[in-house]
Amino acid sequence: MTTEYTDIEKTPVGKKMAGPVEWLDDRLGLAGAGKKLMPVRKVFPEHWSFMLGEIALWSFIVLLATGVYLTFWFQPSMAETVYNGPYKPLNGLEMSQAYSSTLDISFGVRGGLLMRQVHHWAAMLFVAAMVVHMLRVFFTGAYRKPREVNWLIGLGLLTLGLVEGFAGYSLPDDLLSGTGLRFVDGLIRSIPLVGSYLEFFIFGGEFPGNEIIPRLYMAHILLIPALLLGLIGAHMLLLVYQKHTQWPGPGRTEKNVVGYPLLPVYAAKAGGFFFVVFGFTALMGAMIQINPIWAYGPYNPSEVTAGSQPDWYMGFVEGAVRVMPNWELTFLNYTWSLNVFIPGVLLMGVLFTALGAWPFVESWITGDKREHHLLERPRNAPVRTAFGVAGMTMYAVFWIGGGNDIIATKFHLSLNAITWFVRIGWIVLPVIAFIVTKRICIGLQRADANRILHGYETGIIERTPDGSYSERHAPLPVANQFVLTSHDRLPVLEAPAEEDANGVAAPGSRGARLRAKARSFYYDGAVDKPTTHDVEHAAEHLGDHDGHPVPLGEDFQGVSETGIPRSHL
Amino acid sequence: MRKLSTRRRHPLAGLVVLLLGLVVAGGLYAAFAPRAATAEEASARDVEAGRQLFLIGCASCHGKNAEGITTKSGGNYGPSLIGVGAAAVDFQVGTGRMPMANAGPQAPRKDPEYTAEETKQLAAYVASLAPGPSVPESEYTDYKAATTEEIREGGEFFRTNCTACHNSVGAGGALPNGRYAPSLKGVSAKHIYEAMLTGPQQMPLFSDEVITPEDKRNVIAYIKSVQDQPTPGIAGGSVGPVSEGMFTFLIGMGGLVGVAVWIGAHGARVKKRSS
Repeated sequence: MTTEYTDIEKTPVGKKMAGPVEWLDDRLGLAGAGKKLMPVRKVFPEHWSFMLGEIALWSFIVLLATGVYLTFWFQPSMAETVYNGPYKPLNGLEMSQAYSSTLDISFGVRGGLLMRQVHHWAAMLFVAAMVVHMLRVFFTGAYRKPREVNWLIGLGLLTLGLVEGFAGYSLPDDLLSGTGLRFVDGLIRSIPLVGSYLEFFIFGGEFPGNEIIPRLYMAHILLIPALLLGLIGAHMLLLVYQKHTQWPGPGRTEKNVVGYPLLPVYAAKAGGFFFVVFGFTALMGAMIQINPIWAYGPYNPSEVTAGSQPDWYMGFVEGAVRVMPNWELTFLNYTWSLNVFIPGVLLMGVLFTALGAWPFVESWITGDKREHHLLERPRNAPVRTAFGVAGMTMYAVFWIGGGNDIIATKFHLSLNAITWFVRIGWIVLPVIAFIVTKRICIGLQRADANRILHGYETGIIERTPDGSYSERHAPLPVANQFVLTSHDRLPVLEAPAEEDANGVAAPGSRGARLRAKARSFYYDGAVDKPTTHDVEHAAEHLGDHDGHPVPLGEDFQGVSETGIPRSHL
Repeated sequence: MRKLSTRRRHPLAGLVVLLLGLVVAGGLYAAFAPRAATAEEASARDVEAGRQLFLIGCASCHGKNAEGITTKSGGNYGPSLIGVGAAAVDFQVGTGRMPMANAGPQAPRKDPEYTAEETKQLAAYVASLAPGPSVPESEYTDYKAATTEEIREGGEFFRTNCTACHNSVGAGGALPNGRYAPSLKGVSAKHIYEAMLTGPQQMPLFSDEVITPEDKRNVIAYIKSVQDQPTPGIAGGSVGPVSEGMFTFLIGMGGLVGVAVWIGAHGARVKKRSS
């Protein structure tokens, strides 16, 4: 088998492009710069889960493009105007220029509604992709040394994405976005002591004032996108500098990266994926209606509509606020709105602090200060995986709280019952999820160990001469065995010395004791991979079983329940 | 004048004055008193037919004389219907809410059990018990006659008074303890009017003094005009951010992850020739 390769200069396109490219290279030195700055020969490993962050990146590009289009017509002003446009039910109504111009974009500007809808869907996808990407990084332990800083940058991107999305949600000044703005106004005010001052500072007076939309507009189209772009650049540069993590496999080590080079393979793959993402946002924008602002009417602080919700990424805060008991107290002549502060401000603070601290907490618990470039399968870190699923469960329970009215009407449930479900569930369900996930991980670890020691199930049932039936097992291919055993062996847990040799309490022993406890919790129940001794012993055991009626052959990899040959590679 | 002064001591003079006084008082009362229970002339036959229907279909909960039946704990099986008027009956029976199929937090809308004629007879019977709001005149339910200006005004009333429960396009919303504000889709103008006028179930009552009949008509016109808007694409825009989030994950993320899996499953293609 030979590979035919044509040099790019000799292709028809190459021949034509040679002149202009040389002209540019002579003047700009692109070839040298490209080699130095652009990682054109950088190798990236291949896996579908490595493309989740790309979805976020590409939807961000779509956001930039559609956003620029929208700025041509949007008027970020709260000045009153009378609407006289094609949408009759609002004709002659007084409204802000922001709302009126958004109506014009929707009904008057060619392609305006499509652009608005594509922009909104891309925004929803942007945050969703960031969250899913972050979950992938979390569950595979990709944030471990040396990537803690990039994890923090990613967290910063997610936070900015939420703020950016919220600002965009508030700009059209319709009844829904005004209600969302009022919600955030409530969050700001609930901050003890300084809340009301902060509100006046941000809104330029009492809510809603005349300033907030121009200010949010500046943040939405300049400040936050600039920060996002900068952080995305840093995120990518670090990715290139530190190289991408890869799944364990034959030939893959902590010191190499196995995959394809950026040019031409990944440029084509990623470039193609961009068009797929663009296509998805365009299709969704064209076919699924999103945020029909004309249906809500202009914002008026005395009005509200049933079914008012934030976009999905703020739904968990909405849910927590909805189910919170009405705790409020007056102390030192100040009102302490714990009913809003705890589920709103504190919850977000705790979530983002926990996410930011996790890599450092984990490395403190495990004492692992080595560099990691090979990913960990979620099952091989049962407690981490269980924590992740518990966190997702809590998030989902709060989501239910945020959509409680929709759930109540669509499924004919009592609103109060849902409230109590969330109030109890946000504590109980994550604990259950933790236990269940951990057990599943351990079960999967046992199954892995089984496959290594006893081979895989071939799907062939054999009957012995004395009439008993058993399924024939065959040894797993070595490459598969390698993948299943490439993770670290569990550390030996030792209680820390409480006293030194002279019977004096060891310094820092309290911290050490705490750490020892955390360590034993972290590794509790995890199944260690089989030792070489185990494997050899099992091989002997398997060897005893000769006398199979039919030889399986070299290529055999088992059959499915329906008799179709299976492949393990 | 002489005639009057000579006859004022006539034996029947007192009777004449009394009659005159009664006629004047009665006439004034008829002119200024609240509108009688029935706008349309409800014949005695309708009332009697309605009473017969009532005794069969309604009396088990509302009592034989529509006086309501209280439970031992002080609640009721069915409330008193004295004074609720023809409009309430027309709404509850006409939208199928009454008779209730089973006890629950709220009577749901369903196909009506009674024909229009029977509904009218039931309404006539209940209206005959005591004065109450009547079925609206057709001029107040003719929402198609509303001008753009009136529709806009109706929208202002709607957003101020109704959307908090019924949603900005009348899709409905949740209320505590399993109760809800029902969807306004496909509800006739007459029934929306009657709901405002009588405040059925959880709904507050908007009397003609609070929202005039003309404004009620405008509110209906706004609801109808919003619901008549074309709703292009999937979802139709009335379901809000919760379903948008669901579409984001099901279609957007689901589809794109599917594509990512597809791309990831295909390595780089190099032209290969077996030698």
